[in-house]
This record gives sequence, structure tokens and C-alpha cells, in this order.
Amino acid sequence: MAKVLYGVASSHVPAIGAAIDNDKTDTPYWRPLFEGYEGARKWIADTEPDVIILAYNDHASAFDLDLIPTFAIGVAEKFPIADEGYGPRNIPEVVGHPDLAWHLAESLILDGFDMTMCNRMPVDHGLTVPLSIMYGKVDKWPAKVIPLAVNVIQYPPPTGKRCHALGQAISRAVQTYSDDEDLRVAVFGTGGMSHQLQGERAGFVNTPFDTSYLDRLTDDVDALTEISHTELLRDAGSEGIELVMWLIMRGALTDPVREVHRHYHVPASNTAAGLIIFEGAYSRALL
Amino acid sequence: MGRAHRDYDDIPGTYVFDGEHHRKGYHLNMFCMSLNDPANRDEFRKDEEAYLDQWDLTPEQRAAVLNRDWLEMLRLGGNIYYTFKIAIFDGLSMQAVGGMMSGVSEAEFKQMMIDGGRKPHG
Repeated sequence: MAKVLYGVASSHVPAIGAAIDNDKTDTPYWRPLFEGYEGARKWIADTEPDVIILAYNDHASAFDLDLIPTFAIGVAEKFPIADEGYGPRNIPEVVGHPDLAWHLAESLILDGFDMTMCNRMPVDHGLTVPLSIMYGKVDKWPAKVIPLAVNVIQYPPPTGKRCHALGQAISRAVQTYSDDEDLRVAVFGTGGMSHQLQGERAGFVNTPFDTSYLDRLTDDVDALTEISHTELLRDAGSEGIELVMWLIMRGALTDPVREVHRHYHVPASNTAAGLIIFEGAYSRALL
Repeated sequence: MGRAHRDYDDIPGTYVFDGEHHRKGYHLNMFCMSLNDPANRDEFRKDEEAYLDQWDLTPEQRAAVLNRDWLEMLRLGGNIYYTFKIAIFDGLSMQAVGGMMSGVSEAEFKQMMIDGGRKPHG
């Protein structure tokens, strides 16, 4: 029986990707952030997930205002790197896992989650920056990736409760995937932490809120699923509402989870950057 | 059709991209989206006014784009992820635009972030 073993939540700030691409990670500005990623890179090199189901939001790259799917799953063989206006990042294309992706799409829909299936889906910094954070500069991504795009730009995004329930449904669906019973699956939730890019309130950061969010993610996730969108807009900033995607990751993990790595740093450009890694109950059966 | 009061309306300096905002800003944002295509960026670079003629912007939206009035674009229905494509086109960082929207220089904005960001209260 395939299992979701691991969960990673990470910010996906474009400037973090640019720092990696341009070899700036050792400058005084970036060094404190990247030092905190070293443990995460060692962890993923040791655990080697085969497939990452990666929840992220598209930022006007694959989707625009003509089509705004709430939950869209990438079912293609490959996903090209999007041109967000700078030209595409010079990183490897993302290789999918269509067999598992279709299994997930079918299972999730029959389980009550009305997914949108996507073949043509260029992926932007929302998906690629977390991969770069975890793997650094590589010629080929070590894991296959199933993109799970979540609308958080057009109000309202799906609720935190719904995102958490989707994660739980992903966990169930992975367990009924019989084509490769030893498949090691990780789920990533990306975006956040507190930040606001827009308006007179640009630059908003709420470290006490973020710290509490990281703490509660381990053992009080139900409280996080109760946070309303307005509370998130107020306490995490207008773009901090991306944090709902972290709950997809958390929902996909079977309790009890073990926190294996955490890093928090302000600033990465306009954002409070957070990273947290969990091993779910099933991962311990491997030990 | 008016829109009922929303409980996020009192959050200061924040333009929530809800349905009402979307309807105001649809064409403005779709113009911004077009700048993902390098050929369109070349056209816009050649003649901004002529390129904007192809898009159904209001005169106010058009002026805001030409003047790079980032706050006005938000007020007129722009969404930051879309309007930021104009900033990318101009070679501006998110911190520079953050400074322009909040009335400080890029250097001051960067320093505020290094000092922990804009605090929730105060």
C-alpha cells in the first residue's frame, strides 16, 4: 500500500529562487535564510521521496482571470517552466506522474472533491521555488511532481477546513494506489508565511502569528482549520492567506506526526519565510 | 448592484480581490497578463500608448498604467500579482513597489523589512 510519508511546508518567495539561480545564497542578506535550509536539504537527501504532491498557487502564469479553478491537478507527463515576465527560470522542467495523478483525480472526485484536471500547465515560482529550496541547483529534479494548484488570488480561496479535508482525502487516495506499493510520497504545502505585497500596508509581517501557526501545525491543526479568511487577511496579511495550502499538507499526514525541521526568517524580500518538515506515522514503519 | 459590507472592509491599506474588484479590473489585469509573452513585452516597449489601445481599459486605468500609479491601479481593480508584471517589465523589485505604495523609498522599505517588517499594530 502506497503511503503519504512526509510533509513539507515552505514559503515560495520568487526572490529566494533568484538568489539560488544567481548564486547569491552566501551574501550577508541571504546567508541566514539559507543556513536554515541546510538541515532540510540533508533530510530530503536521506529520505528520497519518489513523488511530491505539491500544493501551490499559480500567480497569473498557467491561469488568468478567464479560468480560475479552485483545485487543479496536473496530470501531464511534463510541466514547462513558466515565463512570469523575466523569461523562464533556468531550471529543469518538472516531470509529472500521470498514473498517480489520474488515480488521485478519479479518487478525489469520487470522494467528493471536484478537481479540475490539467494537461497544459506551465509552473511558476509557487511550485519551483520550494523545489529549489529543498534540492538546490540540480540537473534533474530527484522526485516526480504532481502539481496541485489552489486558487488563493481570487477571493475567496477554499477554506482552511476544506484544504485540510482535501489533504485527508489525498492520503486515502494514495493508499488505494496499487500500481506501485512501495511508492514513497511526500506532500508539500507552500506559500506564506505572513506577508502583504499590496497597498499602503505592504511589508506587513506578524511574527507572533507565524510562530503560533508553526506550533499549532504539529498538535492543534483543528484550531488552524477554524481560522476565517478575514482573520487570515488581518493577521497574516493579504498574501499570507496562502497559508491555507499548508493545511493540505498537514491533512495528508497520519497522526501522530513528528516535526523534524523548522526554520523561520524575516525577511525574504517582502515576506516572512517559513519552512517546516514533518514525518507522518507511516514513515516510522520504515525504520 | 451594491455589495453588502464585508468584514474585511476595515483592514487598512488592503484591496481584497473579490468579485466586485475582479469585475472592475478584468481588462486591466488581462492587459498585465499579456506581458508574460516576450513578443507583447516588445510591443509594449515600442509604444505603450499604442499597445494599450488594444485593451479595453477605462481612461483612469490607462492613466494609472502610464503613470505607474501602483495604488491607483489597485483601487481601479488591479490585482498585485497582475500589476506586478508591469513592475517586472520596468525592472523594479517588489520592495521598490512596496515602497511606492506605502510612501517610502526602496531603501527605507528594505530596511523596514530587515527590521522585522511592518508591525501588526502601530
